[in-house]
Amino acid sequence: MTPSNQHDEKKPFPWHLVFFLGPGLLIYVVFSVYPLLDTLVLSLFNEQQGQSHFVGLQNFITLVTDDTWSQAFWNALGNNFKFFAIHMLVQNPIGLLLAVLLSSPKLRLSGTYRTLIFMPTMLSVVIIGFVWQLLLSPIWGISENFLYSIGLGQYFDAWLGKESSALITLAFISVWQFVGIPMMLIYATLLNIPDDIVDASVVDGANSFQTFWHIKLPLILPTIAMVSILTFVANFNAFELIYAVKGALAGPNFSTDLMGTFFYRTFFGFQLQQGSASMGAAVATLMFLIILVGVMLFLFFIQRRIQRFQF
Amino acid sequence: MFNVRSASPETKMATKLTCLAAILLSSTGIAQAANGLSIESWRSDDANIWSDVIIPAFNKSHPDTKVNFAPTPPTEYNSALQAKLKAGSAGDLITCRPFDTALDLYKDGYLANLNDLKGLKQFSDVAKSAWVTDDGKDQFCMPVASVIHGFVYNKEIFKELNLSVPKTRDEFFKTLDTIKSESRYIPLAMGTADQWEAATMGFQNIGPNYWQGEKGRKALLSGKEKFTDKAYVDTWKELAQWKPYLGRGFEAQKYSDSQNLFTLGRAAIYPAGSWDIQTFNNQADFEFGAFPPPVAKAEDTCYISDHTDMGIGINASSTNKEAAKIFLNWMASKEFATLYANAVPGFFPLSDHQIDIKDPVAQEFMSWRQQCESTIRNSYQILSRGTPNLENQLWNVSAQVINGTMTPEAAAKETQEGLEQWYKPQQ
Amino acid sequence: MKLFSRFIPSSRMRQVPKSVTVHAVLLAYTVIALFPIIVVVINAFKERRAIFRDPLGLPDSDSFTLVGFQQVLLRSDFGLYSWNSLVVTILAVGLVLLLGAMAAWALTEYKFKGNLLITFLFAMGIMIPIRLGTVSILSLMVNLDLVNTLTALVLVYIAQGLPLAVYILSEFVRTIPKELTEAARCDSVSEYKIFFCVILPLLKPAMATVAVFTMIPIWNDLWFPLILAPGEETRTITLGVQQFVGQYVTDWNSVLSALTLAIVPVLILYTIFSRQLIRGLTSGAVK
Repeated sequence: MTPSNQHDEKKPFPWHLVFFLGPGLLIYVVFSVYPLLDTLVLSLFNEQQGQSHFVGLQNFITLVTDDTWSQAFWNALGNNFKFFAIHMLVQNPIGLLLAVLLSSPKLRLSGTYRTLIFMPTMLSVVIIGFVWQLLLSPIWGISENFLYSIGLGQYFDAWLGKESSALITLAFISVWQFVGIPMMLIYATLLNIPDDIVDASVVDGANSFQTFWHIKLPLILPTIAMVSILTFVANFNAFELIYAVKGALAGPNFSTDLMGTFFYRTFFGFQLQQGSASMGAAVATLMFLIILVGVMLFLFFIQRRIQRFQF
Repeated sequence: MFNVRSASPETKMATKLTCLAAILLSSTGIAQAANGLSIESWRSDDANIWSDVIIPAFNKSHPDTKVNFAPTPPTEYNSALQAKLKAGSAGDLITCRPFDTALDLYKDGYLANLNDLKGLKQFSDVAKSAWVTDDGKDQFCMPVASVIHGFVYNKEIFKELNLSVPKTRDEFFKTLDTIKSESRYIPLAMGTADQWEAATMGFQNIGPNYWQGEKGRKALLSGKEKFTDKAYVDTWKELAQWKPYLGRGFEAQKYSDSQNLFTLGRAAIYPAGSWDIQTFNNQADFEFGAFPPPVAKAEDTCYISDHTDMGIGINASSTNKEAAKIFLNWMASKEFATLYANAVPGFFPLSDHQIDIKDPVAQEFMSWRQQCESTIRNSYQILSRGTPNLENQLWNVSAQVINGTMTPEAAAKETQEGLEQWYKPQQ
Repeated sequence: MKLFSRFIPSSRMRQVPKSVTVHAVLLAYTVIALFPIIVVVINAFKERRAIFRDPLGLPDSDSFTLVGFQQVLLRSDFGLYSWNSLVVTILAVGLVLLLGAMAAWALTEYKFKGNLLITFLFAMGIMIPIRLGTVSILSLMVNLDLVNTLTALVLVYIAQGLPLAVYILSEFVRTIPKELTEAARCDSVSEYKIFFCVILPLLKPAMATVAVFTMIPIWNDLWFPLILAPGEETRTITLGVQQFVGQYVTDWNSVLSALTLAIVPVLILYTIFSRQLIRGLTSGAVK
């Protein structure tokens, strides 16, 4: 990589550069870049009784092809995609809708709504997980009574306990918590749209829906793309909610197992299962690659298209 | 082996100096008082009992040794202990999980060898078996306590419905039927959300009656029996029959929900571990009793899971090993056994002393040791060493069998196949 | 899906005054957002049987009790946990802001060899979660003798927060007119003084955004406290709550009180910061 040296005015050693960049870069490299690279390296080793030796890609091959590992791996990966899909289809549209409504001109109390709707996002997943477990508990009966009161009682079920619905329920809980983030980001972008652009379209006789569709939406597309990337990265990292609600074994029958819980079990072990640092590193490396590939695809295809719509 | 622990004190000092900020913020006391002992344990519930009862009793005879009980909650104990041992900041005495978890610590050099400890004479070989090397030569932890499985029932509900304690399986299911048809009480308080109850309070609770306790467990180890044998399939078949008697939405019912259902008087029978006695004593305002897992015919020998759950060992890098040994020898005494069994009802001492337990329900559990044959959970010794992990599999399939999403035969097949993948005697 | 169907009418019902619909939707969602939190708080003040009998009822003179709170304060060190969380969060966020601003300034203002590489390195950090390096971070911390210290957490959180901080602040530095710094240089003001006296004050609104986005994950993190600092002395509030809940899970009074106690400081912090967040966001820091 050759940086452009257009106006390289300083000849003496740039101490100020070291001062400004040094501390941050040092901490970042030591506690983030190095550990990540080390994880890549560790995944190429195998350890037995404290001895480790180089095995090349064997750990990855085991992970992807050996039945005892690969079933769990593909299951977790598949679940993770479902988890992500639900966020994309539910969280981000709701966030967009709320942002559009919040930015309606001359809306009273908008600050209050904004503050209150963002509140769940501030709370720890541990709290959220526990709260929803209580609410959905068949024993406490809050959601069951609620559904009966609106005439839908027969649809109540132990959602968190059924293989068919546990993951979806958890995804909805996560959506409920994090909807504030897309809302806030899109809302901020909407506020930044110059009034005259919007006014001009209103003068041209466009109704508010047309204004939104033709004027505002193209302008917030880059934000939506960014929100999507953030959602993708966050979802493929999700761990806390599943761990807090279903434990590290992610039941029933691993139906709520995500890459994060799979990584945790592999690395730290569980109950009588002993953890394996090298297999754990292999799982982490695959997560790393999945996220990297995903983000790259986003940047190369989606972001590029969006550029065309920009100012 | 490259253990950080083995770094010399000088290099440690140097590291510390370079991280001055670390020391300022750090609040863990790595250095212990010269004659003090610190105990690592997962029994955070017992912290008060140790500080108010057990340690003062020890100090009566040994006034010079300061003992500090430093528990970590059970779910984090294993990983926290690992980290502390690696960092060299763990206490002098280490509470040991049974079998491989502790064995690995010994193999990694974290636990001291206890072969010459006098106190060990007070324990039977069965009690010690959870903490010896595979060849039976080296003892690395001293047994402390076991837990027993059975069923706890609400005496008031039984009286109200005119029920008597079931002895056989037929009686057991008849009792459940009566509760179900003649009252609004939940017959059986158990859920499958946390999965482990299905395996521990279900499979390992009722199973020993099918596989004849130690006989079956040893046969699995030697490869003579398989999980697809009748004894095991029948165990799962009985579990499958539990489903109609569980509460509504039991699939999402957590362990704590089950405990609450029972202590609030909404459920009649609770598949229990003896450690539940403490919680129930604190929270239930009715009388409750216990019965062992029912047998097929009244005259059959009964088998109970009397699982060696807790041991205690010495940190190999402790600077105070002599005092630690004195403490362990004291823990092998009758005085300790009596104190402990009464302070923590439901944890039964493993030493050979005859002791009196005052809690009636704990007494009941303890009395089964005389009537029935004892065994331990069959997945704990050796069999959970490989991948896939047998214990995890038992949790998963047992929960599924109760949920009705897997047949007992399929559960047996999956478990057996898992074991065959890595365990030679089963191949 | 339940949530969704409720919103669909909003775009159709044009005959009703628009603002009424907007308010109805926003109000409905506000209720959805707050309901679970309120259920926890009101039940924390109720007696155990009342919690089960009537979970939605307000505490009355019969069922009101503070026993849960007493238990929590008696049986766990919530003061210490909150203090730990506060120390870690303030130190980490403060340093992320300072070091992030300095790095962002250096990367956008000066041209030097490796600039692009370092910018790229930081950009990668936004996408690749530091959590994947846990294996090595743990052994690193063990080697540095930092396990079970708050320092370990602060260092990791700085590394975790820096990439986004550098990204957002760089965007913002670019919008600062060149004339400002050029003028200062002509007066031969030192580079240090330019940054601390001219640039840093201008970065304030963007820093508020960075602060909020850095603060939330740090305060709520369960992963690193669980792995790097699980000891009693260094436990953060999130870990403390998780372990308290795990330990006393059958005692709902205590559990609900613990959750309530954990929610309160967050909401106080949030109300303080929420205005800055919006100001930071709307000033165009995030694009």
